[in-house]
Amino acid sequence: MANASVKVDVHHITRVEGHGNIVVDVQNGELKQCDLQIVETPRFIESMLRGRPYGESSHLTSRICGICAVGHATASLRATEKALGVEPSEQTILLRKLNFHGEMLDSHVLHTYMLVAPDALGVGSVIPLAKSAPEVVLRALRMKKLAGDLCAALCGRHTHPIAMTVGGFTHFPSKADLEALRKRLVDSRKDVEDTVNLFLQLKLPAFERETEYIALHKDDEYCFIDGDLVSTDGGKWPVEQYRSVTNEYLVQHSSAKHTKNQRASYMVGALARFNVSYEQLHPKAKEAARALNMKPKVINPYLNTVAQVVEIVHCVEDAIVLCDKLLKKGVTWEAPAKPARLSGEGVGSCDVPRGTLFHNYTIHDGKVTGANCIIPTGQNLANVELDMRALVPTILDRTQEQITLALEMLVRAYDPCISCSAHLLDVRFE
Amino acid sequence: MPAKPKVAFFEFTSCEGCQLTVVDSLQMYPELLEAVEIVRFREAMSEKSDDYAVAFIEGSCTRPSDEAPLKAIRERAALVVALGTCAHLGGINAIRNRADLQETRTYVYGDKAEWYDTYPARPIEAVIPIDAFIPGCPIDRHEFIRIVKNLLQGRAPQLPDHPVCVECKLKENVCVYQRGMTCLGPITRAGCDAICPTYGDGCEGCRGLIPNPNVDSMKQVLEQHGLSHDAAMAKTTLFLTYQMMQREAVGDGKRVG
Repeated sequence: MANASVKVDVHHITRVEGHGNIVVDVQNGELKQCDLQIVETPRFIESMLRGRPYGESSHLTSRICGICAVGHATASLRATEKALGVEPSEQTILLRKLNFHGEMLDSHVLHTYMLVAPDALGVGSVIPLAKSAPEVVLRALRMKKLAGDLCAALCGRHTHPIAMTVGGFTHFPSKADLEALRKRLVDSRKDVEDTVNLFLQLKLPAFERETEYIALHKDDEYCFIDGDLVSTDGGKWPVEQYRSVTNEYLVQHSSAKHTKNQRASYMVGALARFNVSYEQLHPKAKEAARALNMKPKVINPYLNTVAQVVEIVHCVEDAIVLCDKLLKKGVTWEAPAKPARLSGEGVGSCDVPRGTLFHNYTIHDGKVTGANCIIPTGQNLANVELDMRALVPTILDRTQEQITLALEMLVRAYDPCISCSAHLLDVRFE
Repeated sequence: MPAKPKVAFFEFTSCEGCQLTVVDSLQMYPELLEAVEIVRFREAMSEKSDDYAVAFIEGSCTRPSDEAPLKAIRERAALVVALGTCAHLGGINAIRNRADLQETRTYVYGDKAEWYDTYPARPIEAVIPIDAFIPGCPIDRHEFIRIVKNLLQGRAPQLPDHPVCVECKLKENVCVYQRGMTCLGPITRAGCDAICPTYGDGCEGCRGLIPNPNVDSMKQVLEQHGLSHDAAMAKTTLFLTYQMMQREAVGDGKRVG
């Protein structure tokens, strides 16, 4: 029999980054309230950027988030470079792509193994898994360490990167560093294969709701840095027009703004990238997608985690390709490319682990005068709430505990990064 | 301290990067899990317990509603450790302490500013007494393990009180001043193995000032290299705003920004 009245109140959802609450109120079979409350403290990052030298922006904004520090730094650098007419070298572009794969792997391994897998295996965290399935935990730690070491070789550390600067890098990996990384990446193929097999066995809830999926896209590569905004509902926008895609608005129950484009909400992240850019995936990643029964367009939000598994395959394979290119070219210690001017406006955009990230700066005489950052999790909030509204009426026959778990798993599937999102703003450019 | 103390992690205003560094430390030192029982770590586990002996707190106190939970943690824990620069010194959160708070709120949240509770950012120690701190943005994983070992053995953690320059010289780095860059190494607490200068950037002071920073000597170094004192001291506004404002308040840190 269906529950006539259900109240779900999850204070501070666990195994997500940052602070959020789920509040659902069903009275006599009618859904009265269904909110994902964002209760993170406001951070005010953008207002703190104002008046600071442009070279500091990437160091300050990487502190928005410990998980996507490289992503924030990269988007920040691209915004500054576009504002000041800086053209990074081919070597810089290759090193940034390789570094980005390190962060993508680190974040995806953390989310798939440590945050999601415990639900599918019926435990509260990865710690009991260390006893019941030590090989799974050791594999996750091994993969995460490789990802962290990759970033450390390129930019000093993953949280928070040091050697990434406007126009290039201030430190370079040696030939031996790259060779060692390449070998470890090749050796990790077995771990990657086992990861695919693990998620082949895990049962995730069957729930579908079609929405608009948006990601950065390039025709000649599976795109994480630069590119155009592309929607599965049709439409392509240069990143400079991001405001016409995000259309931010404030809601009182969230210190992060909501967004919408062509429908009431849209989704960004691994599943959106998979749906938008499937063709550009590495052949081995497509093979894994087939094995995992993933074919675009996938409209089950719980499968965002599986799309991350597909991206783990892609990132390991593409990182090997990038190591080969860098080794063939030979890495040289080059000075960062210089700015052509000291005033201007620029938009930098990257598809970070959780989706499309925008940094937009105005710079005057070398100092930041205006800043706006739009973060993936903020863009997903409206979509999560609509998923919850669609899901709750279909599971009212379950116990309160099961309903709560299904909702927590849904929120977790989006891999929300709440401390990132809780500092969105109404920007004023001076 | 019992044989296997219960440990809890908490976060206030922060990026949670220090707790991620704790996860990374466990990758390198998994035996730590044998020595303690983690009973609360919201970022990584669903279990939540209010029974703990050691509390690690990441992040700054930035709103009135942060104070009651901080005081509750203090009452429950035998040992409270500030984890990372935000908790230890206010970190980047304190940058806004020099700006007009109302203007800052309006800049970010427009006419909805009143919806969001906030006040000047403070280190944890400004609200509750702490027993130890682990400096850095983020914390250094080796130092974290070292300090946890000290605490488990009932000893006061030892932190270096010499400047970053000492470690930088030992690493045989070319001084970043000689490359025309500014660096807070001469007045910043060591312990990070001079990681920023090693990767080609000047020290930004994230670990806090050494106990008796010789700012006059730092000025001389800057002059010798023909560098602007203002440009270097502007760096203290990134992580050290709270500490510098405190020094100004007692008169021994004349406004130097």
